[in-house]
Amino acid sequence: MPQLSFITAATLVKDIRLEWRSKDAINAMLFFALLVVVIFSFSFDPTAEESRRIAGGLVWVSFLFAAVVALNQTWARELRNQVLDAYRVSPAPANSLFLAKAIGNFIFVAVLEALMTPLFIAFYKLRALGPAWQLAPLAALATWALVINGTFFSAISLRTRSREIMLPLLLFPISVPALIAMVNGTTAILTGDEPAKVWIVLLATYDVVFTVASLFLFEMVLHAE
Amino acid sequence: MKQAFPILAILTGALLSYGLYEALVAAPTDQMQGDVYRIIYYHVPSAWTAFVFFAINFVASIVYLIRRNLKSDAVAVAAAEVGVVFCTVVLVTGPLWARPVWGIWWTWDMRLTSTLVLWLIYVSYLLLRRFTSGAQTPVLAAALAVFGALDIPLVYFSIWFFRTQHPQPVVGGGGSIDPRMLHVWLLNWAAFLCFGLLVFWSRYRLEVLQQEVNETEALEALLEPRESR
Repeated sequence: MPQLSFITAATLVKDIRLEWRSKDAINAMLFFALLVVVIFSFSFDPTAEESRRIAGGLVWVSFLFAAVVALNQTWARELRNQVLDAYRVSPAPANSLFLAKAIGNFIFVAVLEALMTPLFIAFYKLRALGPAWQLAPLAALATWALVINGTFFSAISLRTRSREIMLPLLLFPISVPALIAMVNGTTAILTGDEPAKVWIVLLATYDVVFTVASLFLFEMVLHAE
Repeated sequence: MKQAFPILAILTGALLSYGLYEALVAAPTDQMQGDVYRIIYYHVPSAWTAFVFFAINFVASIVYLIRRNLKSDAVAVAAAEVGVVFCTVVLVTGPLWARPVWGIWWTWDMRLTSTLVLWLIYVSYLLLRRFTSGAQTPVLAAALAVFGALDIPLVYFSIWFFRTQHPQPVVGGGGSIDPRMLHVWLLNWAAFLCFGLLVFWSRYRLEVLQQEVNETEALEALLEPRESR
């Protein structure tokens, strides 16, 4: 266990430092999400009441698309100088590497969400009619749901031809239940019509199931030759 | 084994024709819907057959991850392909029936939506197989198959909550079914399953042959002298 947490922390710090210096992923994600917001508002032009109904979908779809940018970079970054091969032959537990990547992606996407949410509120004149504090656990669980599978599938799509296209093709079908839960949960809180608890529980279940599955299967995927 | 194939093919053909006759002629006409309903003798057996093959794919993927034998990978790929074909039949025959009976081609009802998501997951599985090469394909595909299978209950529950909160006009359910209809249903399911297994078997043999060809080619490439390349 100490070895696991040490390697996880070291890899995580390395990834954050790399991202802090280059800002490749976060810049691309932010601009992409901004474009989605602008294009959506041109295509719908909703009133305040309508936007409360559709905002949950808009917010999460734009975060999902933007997250793919960061997720694609997760492992591709390690291909340069054969870093990934070095990981493979090193005795470090594969799961510590996976956890570091997943937590790193979680931080990147969370930063994106924190920066984009005020913009959404301003552009769509949003004001929650339900219990707004529930948005925090919902967003945390939803973000983990996106990045846990995203990190796993980007390790798979790394091995395919045209890998950048392959990630969304694998990730989106599997993410359907999570997407339904995060969108409906957000809409429930914004409109205040119905409780969001069932969606939060569903997201938590999704997170637990796929975190366990990823930790079980990641080593095989890393060493697949 | 090879000699058995034509015999089984003839038997399956006979069973399919008998099932067709029973479905189109012998089965009683539905009180409410008239003859249109007869498409369910294709729709529902296809769905059940597709689910059987997706289950086979899941078991074969697990076996592959544990044992690492290429035979179970061949079972997995053959089952996924046949399953996707039957699932496509379900998704095409459904709207054909829904249009005259419900008045709409498609509704985001629970069963329709979860079948569609199931189809999407397995199409992405087949795409992954197509876009990878070499010995890593079976491992990556098996991992995706496990993820897909874990996802199915979650898909089902999420859509169930989704749809119970926003009620939709869903026809079907309720009312009793004529035992004669149930008989034809099961007969057609048996026929479809036999047909599916037949296709699955030949696809499996093809995959095993392909694996042998790949191995031989890899060996030859190793043995070949460098200058002749």
